[in-house]
Amino acid sequence: MVGAGYNKKVLEHFLNPRNMGKMDDADGVGEAGNPVCGDIMFLYIKVDEKTDRITDIKFETMGCAAAIATSSVLTEMVKGKTIEEALRITFNDIVRELGGLPSIKLHCSNLAVDALKNAIDDYKKRSGYKKKI
Amino acid sequence: MKVYLDNAATTRMDPDVVSFIRPFFEDVFGNPASIHCYGREAMKHVEEARSNLANCINASENEIVFTSGGTESDNLAILGIARSLKHKGKHIITSKIEHPAVLEACKQLEKEGYNVTYLPVSRDGVVNVDRLNETIRKETILVSIMHVNNETGSIQPIEEIGKVCRDNDVLFHTDAVQSFGKLNIDVKRMNIDLLSASAHKFHGPKGIGMLYVRDGLYLHPIMYGGHHEMGLRPGTLNVPGILGMMKAAEIAYKELDKTHAHIKRLSKKVVDGILGSIPESYLNSPSPTDVDEGRDNRYTRWYPGVVNIRFSFIEGESLMLLLDKEGIACSTGSACASGSLEPSHVLLAMGLRPEQAHGSLRFSMSRFTSIDEIDYLLEKLPACVERLRKISPFKNAEALDRFIRKHHQRYKT
Repeated sequence: MVGAGYNKKVLEHFLNPRNMGKMDDADGVGEAGNPVCGDIMFLYIKVDEKTDRITDIKFETMGCAAAIATSSVLTEMVKGKTIEEALRITFNDIVRELGGLPSIKLHCSNLAVDALKNAIDDYKKRSGYKKKI
Repeated sequence: MKVYLDNAATTRMDPDVVSFIRPFFEDVFGNPASIHCYGREAMKHVEEARSNLANCINASENEIVFTSGGTESDNLAILGIARSLKHKGKHIITSKIEHPAVLEACKQLEKEGYNVTYLPVSRDGVVNVDRLNETIRKETILVSIMHVNNETGSIQPIEEIGKVCRDNDVLFHTDAVQSFGKLNIDVKRMNIDLLSASAHKFHGPKGIGMLYVRDGLYLHPIMYGGHHEMGLRPGTLNVPGILGMMKAAEIAYKELDKTHAHIKRLSKKVVDGILGSIPESYLNSPSPTDVDEGRDNRYTRWYPGVVNIRFSFIEGESLMLLLDKEGIACSTGSACASGSLEPSHVLLAMGLRPEQAHGSLRFSMSRFTSIDEIDYLLEKLPACVERLRKISPFKNAEALDRFIRKHHQRYKT
């Protein structure tokens, strides 16, 4: 199975996605994407208030193989990081972690970054988070 | 097991066609334009092919031009007629569901100062003939509407369209790439002035097609060179291709009824099987229950060999890849697999929402498709759909609608 120019790692994350599912007691939920382009991601995070670390993260994605793979690999990259560290992850980091994506699929990695940012924003809003001085 | 359900994209060559054209690679290799005996022999076969192919659609042999395929035929027809008739008018009418070969040729004409009307279609993907009639004006020089749509199999009422065009003294071109060899076509009865066909869609070789041009019509060529094909299409003739196309057409039309019955049977199994076993799956192609069945037991609005089905809450390319992993080949209306960000323009024109178009798959059969292949598809598909539904954030229509309403302002359609 060649899979439309996807490399082995992308296909692996597509066929065996990590951290897939809904989190009912999430501390933050981020939604990204739109039906017009065809990819929609939901990211759920659990954050330890004291350390600011993202202790658990899950995703649900309706989208192409690249969208599912980027969601999956993002959750692996984010789990255990602090909010600050997580916000520094760029779409290039995700693409590099996957070993590359076909150029028409690069926007999927942008989607993952958006979903993460939205999840963190949601957490900050819910928890009344104030940046430590 | 390997299952090929993408016959609308291309078909396997009939083994009889393969063996038939072999001598034209090895022995009868002359250039038909040469006046020596090698050339004359090749030309003799080409002219026989021309005559046979013309007969398939009730045309005359001097009305057939050989091209490299459907795309070139569409381009030659549309650009060729438009440019030769621009003194008469610069308005062209086509439909929103045409193949890109037609749409892009029209867009090019718009750049050259022509006006193009893209007619909308019904939910069944069919053009309204009254609306066409109202749209024709004094400056209209050409109507181009495809016979069978490649994504959904919807059949346009081309005989009525032809009549409207003839009554209004406007030329009528039809892209018959998906219908030639599958449906009966009579260019005289249907008032067709130009028609495109492509061999690899009916078990012939790739790289060869034809354009029927009614006698007396003058087109500007779109390529320049030698004097082949009455000056309309320069270039040494693809002799093996032409003979392959002839043989494939001969077999297709000889087996037409038997093939259609076979495909109809398979198609019914696919549709009933999928809709019956997978919740939230819907037929995008015109439903056979909604359309009349003609006296010859054919659906009048749908060619059943092309089955387009949407699956809620999941996306087409990922489903297509899961099926591919099981050895099953099909196609999708999702943008992700097409190289653009927009989903199928055909499905959108039929009134589907973007996420519905993105969640659509096309299964297309041929006379070589077996019932076992369909059984295998029906066996593997449900688990693939279920797998993607587990990954999807949307488990029901309310959840999806809620998402769309919540983010509505951010979407540009």
